[in-house]
Amino acid sequence: MKTYRSLAEIQKAIASGNITCKQLVEQYLQVINEKSHLNVFLEVFAEEAIAKADVVDEKIRAGRQGRLAGMVISLKDVLCYKGHRLQAGSRILEGFVSQFTGTAVQRLLDEDAIVIGRTNCDEFAMGSSSENSAYGPVVNAAGEKRVPGGSSGGSAVSVQSDMCLLSLGTDTGGSVRQPASFCGIVGYKPTYSRISRYGLLAYASSFDTIGTFAHTIEDTALTLEIMAGHDDYDSTVSHEPVLPYSTLLSNNKKYKIAYLKEPLASPEISAPVKGAVEDAITWLKNDGHTVEPVEFNYLDYVLPTYYILTTAEASSNLSRYDGVKYGYRSKSHVNLETMYKKSRSEAFGKEVQRRILLGTFVLSASYYDAFYTKALKARKLIQQATRDILKEYDFIILPTSPTVAFKLGEHTKNPLEMYLADLFTVQASVAGVPAISIPYGEDNEGMPIGLQLIADAFQEEKLLAFSRHILNARKKG
Amino acid sequence: MSDLKDKNSFEAVIGLEVHVQLQTKSKVFSPDANKFGSEPNQHIHVISLGHPGSMPKLNKKALEYAIEMGLACHSEIGRYNFFDRKNYFYPDLPKGYQVTQDKTPICKGGYVEIGFDTNTPKKIMLHKIHMEEDAGKLMHVDGKDISAVDYNRAGVPLIEIVTDPMITSSQDAGAFLTEIRKMVRFLGISDGHMEEGSLRCDANVSIRKKGVTTLGNKVEVKNLNSIRYVQKAIEVEIERQTNLTLQGKKIISETRLFDPEKNQTYGMRMKEELNDYRYFPEPDLAPFVVDDTMLDDIRKKMAKLPRQYYDDFTQKYGLPAYDALVITEKRDFAHLFEETVAHTTCYKQVSNWLMGPIKSYLKENGTSLRKLSLTGAMLADLVNLVEKGTVSYTVACQNIFPEVIKTGKAPHDIAHDMNLVQESDSDVLMPVIKEVLAQNADKVAMYKSGKKGLLGMFMGEVMKKTNGKADPKLTNQLLVESLA
Amino acid sequence: MKIDKDTLHKLAHLARLELDPSNEKEMLNSLSEILTWVEKLNELDTKDVDPLVSMSYELNAFREDKVTEELPREEGLANAPRHDDKFFIVPKVIE
Repeated sequence: MKTYRSLAEIQKAIASGNITCKQLVEQYLQVINEKSHLNVFLEVFAEEAIAKADVVDEKIRAGRQGRLAGMVISLKDVLCYKGHRLQAGSRILEGFVSQFTGTAVQRLLDEDAIVIGRTNCDEFAMGSSSENSAYGPVVNAAGEKRVPGGSSGGSAVSVQSDMCLLSLGTDTGGSVRQPASFCGIVGYKPTYSRISRYGLLAYASSFDTIGTFAHTIEDTALTLEIMAGHDDYDSTVSHEPVLPYSTLLSNNKKYKIAYLKEPLASPEISAPVKGAVEDAITWLKNDGHTVEPVEFNYLDYVLPTYYILTTAEASSNLSRYDGVKYGYRSKSHVNLETMYKKSRSEAFGKEVQRRILLGTFVLSASYYDAFYTKALKARKLIQQATRDILKEYDFIILPTSPTVAFKLGEHTKNPLEMYLADLFTVQASVAGVPAISIPYGEDNEGMPIGLQLIADAFQEEKLLAFSRHILNARKKG
Repeated sequence: MSDLKDKNSFEAVIGLEVHVQLQTKSKVFSPDANKFGSEPNQHIHVISLGHPGSMPKLNKKALEYAIEMGLACHSEIGRYNFFDRKNYFYPDLPKGYQVTQDKTPICKGGYVEIGFDTNTPKKIMLHKIHMEEDAGKLMHVDGKDISAVDYNRAGVPLIEIVTDPMITSSQDAGAFLTEIRKMVRFLGISDGHMEEGSLRCDANVSIRKKGVTTLGNKVEVKNLNSIRYVQKAIEVEIERQTNLTLQGKKIISETRLFDPEKNQTYGMRMKEELNDYRYFPEPDLAPFVVDDTMLDDIRKKMAKLPRQYYDDFTQKYGLPAYDALVITEKRDFAHLFEETVAHTTCYKQVSNWLMGPIKSYLKENGTSLRKLSLTGAMLADLVNLVEKGTVSYTVACQNIFPEVIKTGKAPHDIAHDMNLVQESDSDVLMPVIKEVLAQNADKVAMYKSGKKGLLGMFMGEVMKKTNGKADPKLTNQLLVESLA
Repeated sequence: MKIDKDTLHKLAHLARLELDPSNEKEMLNSLSEILTWVEKLNELDTKDVDPLVSMSYELNAFREDKVTEELPREEGLANAPRHDDKFFIVPKVIE
């Protein structure tokens, strides 16, 4: 069985008659089966995927296939797909079936992508390890007592272990980039509002972004191009023109790159990660780019800002899970009040409850100004400062995560410890700018390390092209 | 007597919160229909049900209607606006929050004039008008320990009009509501039906000693399904608060419901919680800017307001205040008047027709002007026929008008076709009159000696001889002259 | 910032959650710890800063007033934990 790691390879193989979509899907299904101990999929759409594969094969024969013909993808369990279950890794949506397909997913389907299943994740996308799922943790294929990262751990591993070619995840504070870094693949978070959020189960509305896991920049760019752009159903999606990113990836420009001093000096960062970033800086300099350290005075405030604002929005976004119109309703209630309380308390996990309570607190009348308004102001400062750096420099470079994938159970005792894992990814989410994690080596136990690049708003093509440049150089070297 | 004097030392302070449902085709944030009276849960959508992954999008028409109301009330229209979330749990609230405007109401300030037909007009000052979405409907199921929820109404656009706490009587409250109802109907933004719930009112009532400037504890009264109930509830609440205060007791700030049968307000059974709504800006909706171009467009498109019609009718057409008020009660009446006076200058007569025969006809037949094919030209024709003496008023009312409604034919055609044209030629009438007087010489003598009432009898005879076609006015005049 | 049990109960009620005594203490501790940590924001001088109210770069996102789609009642009720052929059913609501 040949392993395919790019759509170009797949489409070439199909064209030469080496494989059909159906065989490809069957191959993936076999891998999924063999590696079920990784607990990646909450549901596999086996029959449906094979049926769709037949259709796509027919279209290919007739020469009228979509641009993604041959691409098999998985969807994080927070993306609405009509007629399919949606649970957000939680018990509170047990039995719920989506009654519409989200815009981003639909656009991929329209180009003949095949969805093979929905992947496990931290409950309501709240977590950095995929250990908060009500359906058991996801396991990293690179080290089987290790977490894959979170919250989109299932999506990351589905690509990492060749259960599909590409996966849609969501990145609110790093939930695509950090798992990508832990799993050794490419994880992309576009500019906030680049892709429609219609059909994305909301966690923190002003941070949530659909992102992709893939092996190649080409596949990342192509899917981005297809998903991105204005949508009638999302009031916040950008009208900024969508460039044909997949055709703009060749780039030999020399850039001015900034790196933040503080992260590299912080005690949180592990030696292998630090080493990898320092290597990257040296390499980039040798490649002819200017690489300079910059001051960023707000680093200590980025995480608190993030946690105040995301928990506030989440506390409101999760109010709809009340057992009235859909989802779980407790059997042990006696009246309306207990129906609400028991349903929500029985079916929401602890971390979700914690964040709801936190969010309720920061929005409450006595504390709104001190916490919520303060965080909104801090966000303004952080966004401004970040974009100021990005006006002077083409990119910011930094580690994706302070460490490689940690062990299962390592940080589950103390939530605050887990929050600190987001240290480097949260800044791009607070500022709303695009960021990518690309695989950049391993530690001496073979655990992947990720390098993060951040660009200014709507500079997707620049970020993708430069990432490709770096990755290609590493392949050769 | 001292009791009354004590009571009179207090004054009431009333503030009203009026919710108006806007009659857009679709809901405010979703594309499902905004329709009253349908079967339960027939007009729903993943957005109005608050499904995971759903997102709102603002209905432009709802915004325009809200701005129209603000312009009609002389409010300041907000230029940079956004929505907020009001968070609370209730089964009729699908998302567990209501999308509303807390920090940036679309309209600030403004006023509504009442009593402008009297010599004591008043301005009821507004605090604000803001936009929000309606909740679904919770129904109780008799005999069972369950309630049923219908989401047809969830997401219907509302504007909330809040007055300053400066209304001083139940009469003024009633007049204010009446004017609001007229305004929204004339603008065409709502059908303003309190019974159907497209116009709802809560009253905030407090009292204080006359001369004091601080406000007393206010009590909110809900469940007011008609203007009359609003007035009654205010009255009984003022009475209740006054009595309590005279007894030395404190007024507790609370929400009370009005019981129309017992004509009293009562506290709610469940202990009311001080809800913390945790308002924060709605992140799923883009902010919106209202600029001068948009405002000008809306002003141009806006329908004429009842007050504008009233002023035209009294000033341009010289109608008495009473007539102008009656005709501006309903938009179709005001329209019809304007249409009609383009074809005739008998303004008062047109008014009389509208207030009299037309209004009666509509009431008797349970119909509305919209359903009749009566145009301004036709009504002018009728009025002119009577004015010229071609037909008598009675004939016009009782014979021609119903025929116009039935057939849609022009009144003057009907008059001729049905041979209703009255005889107004003195040369034709005089011989008949002479004949009648000749045949009733004894009565003539009695008339001349003082029995003026016999004129009616002579009129009757002339009418008989002319098959009812004698012009009554002219006949009267000629008879009097002949009998002189 | 430490929060007390009373505050926790009020929050839980507002959020329609109930904590049983066994996890109450843990929740109280973790919330207090997190709040203390986020209070770090007080170090920031934000006196003349406007709050960033909208992350969207868009303004005036309007839709036309048209009925373009509706969910058939059956489908709308299909996900409900309890319903009859017309309504969503909940425990009796007392007013």
